[in-house]
Amino acid sequence: MTTLPEKTTRSLGLVIDLDTCVGCHACVISCKGWNTENYGAPLSDQDPYGADPSGTFLNRVHSYEVQPETGPAQLVHFPKSCLHCEDAPCVTVCPTGASYKRVEDGIVLVNESDCIGCGLCAWACPYGARELDLAEGVMKKCTLCVDRIYNENLPEEDRTPACVRTCPAGARHFGDLSDPDSDVSRLVAERGGIDLMPEQGTKPVNKYLPPRPKDGWQGEVDVLAPFLEPVAEEPRGFLAWIDKTLEKL
Amino acid sequence: MHPAPSIIAFTTFSGLGLGLLFWLGVDPDPPTGWSAFAFFLIGYLLAVGGLMASALHLGRPERALKAFTQWRSSWLSREAWTACAALVVMGVYAALLVFFGVQVHVLGWLGALLCLGTVFTTSMIYTQLKTVPRWHHWSTPVLFQLYALGGGALLSGRVTTGLVLIGLAALAQAGWWLAGDQRLAASGTSIETATGLGHIGKVRAFEPPHTGSNYLLREMVFVVARKHARKLRLIALGLMAVLPALLLLLPFGHWLALIAVLSHVAGVLVSRWLFFAEAEHVVGLYYGKR
Ligand code: SF4
Ligand code: SF4
Ligand code: SF4
Repeated sequence: MTTLPEKTTRSLGLVIDLDTCVGCHACVISCKGWNTENYGAPLSDQDPYGADPSGTFLNRVHSYEVQPETGPAQLVHFPKSCLHCEDAPCVTVCPTGASYKRVEDGIVLVNESDCIGCGLCAWACPYGARELDLAEGVMKKCTLCVDRIYNENLPEEDRTPACVRTCPAGARHFGDLSDPDSDVSRLVAERGGIDLMPEQGTKPVNKYLPPRPKDGWQGEVDVLAPFLEPVAEEPRGFLAWIDKTLEKL
Repeated sequence: MHPAPSIIAFTTFSGLGLGLLFWLGVDPDPPTGWSAFAFFLIGYLLAVGGLMASALHLGRPERALKAFTQWRSSWLSREAWTACAALVVMGVYAALLVFFGVQVHVLGWLGALLCLGTVFTTSMIYTQLKTVPRWHHWSTPVLFQLYALGGGALLSGRVTTGLVLIGLAALAQAGWWLAGDQRLAASGTSIETATGLGHIGKVRAFEPPHTGSNYLLREMVFVVARKHARKLRLIALGLMAVLPALLLLLPFGHWLALIAVLSHVAGVLVSRWLFFAEAEHVVGLYYGKR
C-alpha cells in the first residue's frame, strides 16, 4: 500500500559530514559494487566503454564552490543518496504499491516485481535519489543496504551500509535518528545537522552536518616569520646586468 | 522535464477524445445511427490511442494492470480507474444510441462526468508535484479542462461554443505561462536550500558527480531549445486559437472546419511540448541548472 505509515518504530538513516568528506567517490563505487550484486536487479551501465557512458547509481557525489562575502571560496564535496524521508512524496504517487516505507525501520524501498517503471516516483523526489534502470525497466534507489544491516552472515562490523563501511574519511554515519540518545542523533545535535530543501516538506531522515568555519590567518604572525623575509628585492651582479641589457633591447 | 513524444501525444489526444465524448454525452439531441458511430469512433480512437501511447513510456508495460491497485493515494492509479470507467460507460451509451437508437440520458451524463474526471486526474498527476513549481498550481487542472472542452466542442461541430472555449483556453494559457515563469523563484527552493550551504555564501555547482549524462539529467533537466520558448508560445496560440477562429468565422465550409481542427490540434501539441520542456524540476538545482 503506498500510503505512508503514521509512525515508524525506528528511523534508520545516514548522517553525512560535509566538513570531512574529501570527495573521493569511494562510497559511490562501494555502493554500486554491493547493490549490483545483491538485492534486486543489477545496476546496469549503458555504453560503459564507449563514447557516451552512463549508468544507474544510487549514490552520487557533487562538488560545490561556496563564496563567502569576504575571503577565499570554499570547496564542499556533497554526497547524495535517498534521504528516506518521513513524508516521502515518492511513495504516495506510486500507482502500483511498489514503493513503500517500512514501519519497522523507516527505510523506503521499491518492490521491483510490482514496479511498472512509470518514473513518476523519480519525478516526485526533489533530491534526484531515484533512477530508472534502463536495462531492467524498474526503479532503483538506495536501500540503506537492508541486506547488510540485518545480515547475520556478515561479521558485525560489516552490518552497516556499504558506503559507511567504505568511507576512508569517516564522513558517513549510520544509525537510528528517532532515538535522541543514539550516536547519530547526538552528532546531529552537536554539529547543527540540517535538512536538505526543508521547504519541500519531505522531512528527510538523513541529515547533513555543515562545514565548520574555516581558520583565518589574520593577526597570526609566527615568531619565525621575520627570518622568512625575502632577502634580495633588487637583482644584483650578473642578474642585474642581464636585466639591464634586456631592458635596453 | 523531458518532453517525451509518448506523453505529449497521450495528454493531447486523450484530452481531445474525452472532450468530444463529453459533448456527445451531454447532447440533448445526439446524432444517431452511422453518424453517431463516426463521432464515437473518433472520440474512442483519440482517447484510447492516447492512453495506449502513455503505456509506451513504461519500463514494464506488461505489468500495467498493477497500476489499478493504489487509487487511495495515487493520482496515476485514479486516472487509470476514471479512464476505464469513462470508456465503459460511454461505450454502453454509444452502443445503445448507435445500434438501437435509444438515448439513456443518465448514462450520457455519467459518462460525460467521468470524461471530465479523467482529464482532471491526468492533470493532477502533474499538479501534485511540488518538485515542479511551474505545474504545482490550481490553474493547471483548469487549463487542461479548457483544452479538452474547447477541442471536444470543435470536434463535435459546436462552432460557437468551441470558439468561446478555445478563446478562454488561449487566455488561460497565456496567463499560465506568464505566472509560471515566476513560480520556481517563488517556491523558495534554490541551490542554497538544496545544499544547505547558503549560510556560508553564494553556492555554485563546481563539478558534477559524473562526466557523462544520466537518467536524472535526461528525464528532468531538459534545457535544450528553451531559448525558442517565446516564439513557440506565439506559434502555439496562433495555431490553437487564432487560426481556427479566422477559418471558422469565414463562411462555413466543411473543409475549412477540418483545417481549423487540424490547426487547433497542432497548436495544442506545441503547447504540450512547452508544458514539459519549460517545466523546471528542482533536482536541476543540484546540477547548477534550472
Ligand atoms: S529522498 Fe527522494 S526517493 Fe528518498 S524517500 Fe525522499 S523523496 Fe523518496
Ligand atoms: S516507477 Fe515503479 S516504483 Fe516508481 S512510481 Fe512507477 S511503479 Fe511505483
Ligand atoms: S567515501 Fe566518504 S569521503 Fe569519499 S566521497 Fe564518500 S562520503 Fe566523501
